[in-house]
Amino acid sequence: MSQEKKLMKGNEALAEAAIRSGCKCYFGYPITPQTEIAAYMAKRMPKVGGVFVQAESEIAAINMVYGAASTGTRCMTSSSSPGISLKSEGISYLAGSDLPCVIVNVQRGGPGLGGIQPSQSDYYMAAKAGGHGDFHMLVFAPSSVQEMADLAALAFESADKYRMPAMIFADGLLGQMMEPVAFPEISPAMPEKPWACTGHGNKREHNIVNSLYLVPEELERSNFERFARYETVKKELTLYDNFLTEDADIIVTAYGASARIARSAVTAARAQGIKAGLIRPKTLWPFPVQAYRDALSTAKAYLSVEMSMGQMVDDVRLAIECSRPVHFFGHTGGVVPTPSEVLEQIRKINSGLAK
Amino acid sequence: MTSEILLAGFGGQGILFAGKVLAYCGLAAEREVSWLPSYGPEMRGGTCNCSVILSDEPIGAPTVYDPDILMAMNEPSFLKFSDKVKAGGKIFIDSTLVDSRSSRDDITVYEIPATQLAEENGLTGGANIILLGLIIAKTGIISDKDIEAAISKIVPPTKPKLIENNMKAISIGRNYGC
Repeated sequence: MSQEKKLMKGNEALAEAAIRSGCKCYFGYPITPQTEIAAYMAKRMPKVGGVFVQAESEIAAINMVYGAASTGTRCMTSSSSPGISLKSEGISYLAGSDLPCVIVNVQRGGPGLGGIQPSQSDYYMAAKAGGHGDFHMLVFAPSSVQEMADLAALAFESADKYRMPAMIFADGLLGQMMEPVAFPEISPAMPEKPWACTGHGNKREHNIVNSLYLVPEELERSNFERFARYETVKKELTLYDNFLTEDADIIVTAYGASARIARSAVTAARAQGIKAGLIRPKTLWPFPVQAYRDALSTAKAYLSVEMSMGQMVDDVRLAIECSRPVHFFGHTGGVVPTPSEVLEQIRKINSGLAK
Repeated sequence: MTSEILLAGFGGQGILFAGKVLAYCGLAAEREVSWLPSYGPEMRGGTCNCSVILSDEPIGAPTVYDPDILMAMNEPSFLKFSDKVKAGGKIFIDSTLVDSRSSRDDITVYEIPATQLAEENGLTGGANIILLGLIIAKTGIISDKDIEAAISKIVPPTKPKLIENNMKAISIGRNYGC
């Protein structure tokens, strides 16, 4: 382990971790608040024998990812919300072709061109509908600069392992903030990729990477196979953090930057004698359903805190099958909730419980 | 202990840099640290601020709304943030550029003509670091050892003169009014 900690922006830490994880191709297009990723890659990639391309558009960049991923090369693209909308066609093709890759979304406020301040309003797009068709991608939700690095490494590894696109789902606050970060010395294990199109030298059948199946039964079979794999992923890769949940009356839940704010509010609520706890999903797909069910033994109410109009809250309700009230609090459009606002919500719910 | 610090001024005054120096001081002292810039369609001469938190506990929200310490380097920043400082908090103002004064009696205000002192000492652009020197002297949140370590960490080794200038600016601020 290299223990010396450096101060880095979340965007830079993610880029550095990607390189250390064996990412050899990066295709990007500038957009606030993620441009530091492209800038970092432009500087570093040529020095580590990698490729940096500033594409002519987000659509071009995701299709370059398709090409690089088809050869089994670890590759990545990054953007922010409007740019991810543009990439969604490519993401569906990547999923349909079972190609591993990493896509970074440092979210900003929407819809439309929206604004450039932090947001979490792309939850549905990341966790439910990354593009057309039946598919999922792995969705990692870092909540600190260290996790921007750690989850980037895990995203590359998991994408290869399950042959799936993986998304690092961050927001402008995490991308822009600096915190100390350490990079473990890793020599990434590169799994064999017998499916990769790397030239067959007339020694084997040629490989085809494709998402087109004109016979419905064949397409259905490929979807069944993929969803069977998703069940394995759910068992092996559902990640979350619990904070003070053991005896909690009120389960607050949030991911990413909101989770930091919610954690401050939970700590403040405990200081006032309110039994609040926090569940923080680190993967949004797969969603940590069991964590919410486990909390039912003490929980009387749930509160989802998001920088959106309320998206993840649906999954919380589904997880506990609406067996408790699930409240929502959030801001949208780039407005960041404050710990005192969240505390106020917790207090309100708590006084409702007493009645 | 947790110190929430807000630094604010014009773009180009080195607000983000001063915040970075503070954050590196926290890192040198092996404390928990966060640094968050305001970002937007910003430009030189526009307003700019940054939140720095130094703590012995893991840091939750990295945004500072009610600072313990405010460093205000222009009039608009002072007007915007002086009422938000926590009771018992401290405000450090560059009196060359800030004319208004706070009417609050539950905070302590330290004034230093930092921009003027920087000009007089051949340290143009160093007002931010002079203010940091005063903050060190009046709050004790940073040790002398850490500030030196932080500055030598941030300034590229190819520019030793800048380390010297920054340390000179620190000592002007620290010794001001002594």
